[in-house]
Amino acid sequence: MNISRRKLLILLPAAALAWEHVLAGTPETAPNYAMSEHWWGLLIDISKCIGCGNCVRACQTENDVPDGYFRTWVERYHRSDWHLESPQVISPDGGKEGFPSVAPDPDGEYFYVPKMCNHCADSPCTQVCPVGATFISPDGVVLVDQTYCLGCAYCVQACPYGCRYIHPTKHVADKCTLCYHRITKGLTTACCEACPTGARQLADLKNPNDPIHAFLRTHKVQVLKPQMATGAKVFYNDLDGSVR
Amino acid sequence: MTGVEGYMYPNEVTLYWSVLIVLYPYITGLVAGAFILASLERVFRVEAVRPTYRLALLTALAFLLVAPLPLQFHLGHPERSPEMYFTPHSTSAMAMFGYVYLWYLMAVLIFEIWLDYRRDIVLLSKSAHGPLRWLYKAMTLGSSNVSERSLHIDERVGWVVTLIGIPSAFLLHGYVGFIFGSLKANPWWSSPLMPVVFIFSAMVSGIAAVMLIYMAVTKLRREAIDMHCVDTIAMYMFYIFVIDFSLEMLDLVHRVYEADESFRSLDFMVHTKLFFSQIVLQIFLGTLLPLILLFVVQIVKLPEIVRKRIYVFSSCMILISVFAMRWNVVIGGQLFSKSFLGYTTYKVALVTREGLLVAAGLTILPLFILWALLKLLPPWPEKGLHAPAAAD
Repeated sequence: MNISRRKLLILLPAAALAWEHVLAGTPETAPNYAMSEHWWGLLIDISKCIGCGNCVRACQTENDVPDGYFRTWVERYHRSDWHLESPQVISPDGGKEGFPSVAPDPDGEYFYVPKMCNHCADSPCTQVCPVGATFISPDGVVLVDQTYCLGCAYCVQACPYGCRYIHPTKHVADKCTLCYHRITKGLTTACCEACPTGARQLADLKNPNDPIHAFLRTHKVQVLKPQMATGAKVFYNDLDGSVR
Repeated sequence: MTGVEGYMYPNEVTLYWSVLIVLYPYITGLVAGAFILASLERVFRVEAVRPTYRLALLTALAFLLVAPLPLQFHLGHPERSPEMYFTPHSTSAMAMFGYVYLWYLMAVLIFEIWLDYRRDIVLLSKSAHGPLRWLYKAMTLGSSNVSERSLHIDERVGWVVTLIGIPSAFLLHGYVGFIFGSLKANPWWSSPLMPVVFIFSAMVSGIAAVMLIYMAVTKLRREAIDMHCVDTIAMYMFYIFVIDFSLEMLDLVHRVYEADESFRSLDFMVHTKLFFSQIVLQIFLGTLLPLILLFVVQIVKLPEIVRKRIYVFSSCMILISVFAMRWNVVIGGQLFSKSFLGYTTYKVALVTREGLLVAAGLTILPLFILWALLKLLPPWPEKGLHAPAAAD
């Protein structure tokens, strides 16, 4: 076959593009999933959390979270009636192995607060990313394209909830994906699945039949740090005012 | 956990912005300050500071060339940094860095230096030998006309470039302040005053650096320091420092009086972890002491030798103070938890990519670049070189 120099110059970049496409592979298909039909959030019922740490362990296993970093963690608050604004908080190893037992305190209250990315609708972390490597998906999940992230950590600084970190070996921003690889296949998140008391419930705010709507109508729910106006979509039931 | 007091969110224990991110605003501040000093002569016709004009421009260039390096060393994936040019995220304050930097480097600083030095470059391209001759020839960019008319055009265009350069210098550094000041998640940073404070402290530090370099270089060349020049620079430095200190105190008083939810946490930090770097180093030794000394110089006629020593000491203290201010902003802003319930500790590593050795190297590097620039483009009149140009 005779190929002129001119044709070769045209063909080479085209071949390079085609090869890159082959290397990138074909995305996994989720045939019944339409992004535009969902708007994901999560409900956390503090009164149901027993601080067992199942959710933290499940998340670390499911998402290969490195030791010492957390996509989700559990805090134990001790709030006495004398120090309402200065609670004592612990989260040993993110609450992964549970908490040391304590005797009931007549002057105060112990309770557990699971924390994770709030998948904010107006997320400050996506706002500041210099290249748009972190973004809000059309179905309302804050994600990071780790093949594009510079690892500048500006998003880590911008998150008011401390939910992001720089992955120690990948050197890029890492965070909760709301188990996107699961929820787009009709499953729930690893943390919700592992919770023995149902304290965590995945919620599809666009689905009128999702029980979240009835719950939001009938309970007094709150988001963390509402003054930040981030449009947080992790809703807390029974949230104490001392929780930060 | 080691180094943690109270409660930190678990991902907050490690600091993600290191001493290199302290260096970044420090170095860009020196650039902006040095350029503002140069513009005093060029735009505002403060003839007394003329001996430092070219030195200030070359100092600005030397530091500007190093300015992006701390960021590059800090990035997890420095090879992806060109993406900031190709696919900048329009809502990100940081995405502008590449453009602001290039604009300032190419359209302002290098252009202005080239215009100012063009005649010298042409003359040097004729008198130099060997590879230097070719280098100077390349630097003329083919423009070898040094007629009076052509030099007059250089002068006019240079004036316009400096005029554009002043807001550009403000943009370069005010924008760095905005990167911090616009983060609502961090009450230590979140303040509309942040860009303004950054600009004024930058001006003070840049002026101090140029004055110090001028005095050192003149001493090394065994020439007399132009006291009228350094007196004038010290006067401007003093007044700008007064504005800078007033703004910083306004911010402090506002925080203390308003005492919002973060106040107790920040107050504790200032009294403990940042006590030395903020109260002792930044405010007392680095600000009040030089301010008093410079004030004394303004009102009392002191002997030349005393004034020189005051200027050297004050400039050194100002440079330390502004570095401490950047440290307190960048590192201080990460030492407390966003839960306001605890504090962590910053341990500076020595030989890591973001360690002390790299930081020290990047601080010294501009001085070597400046040395090379001074050799290549001497800012002082050389015998014979300026003789034909003495008429204009």
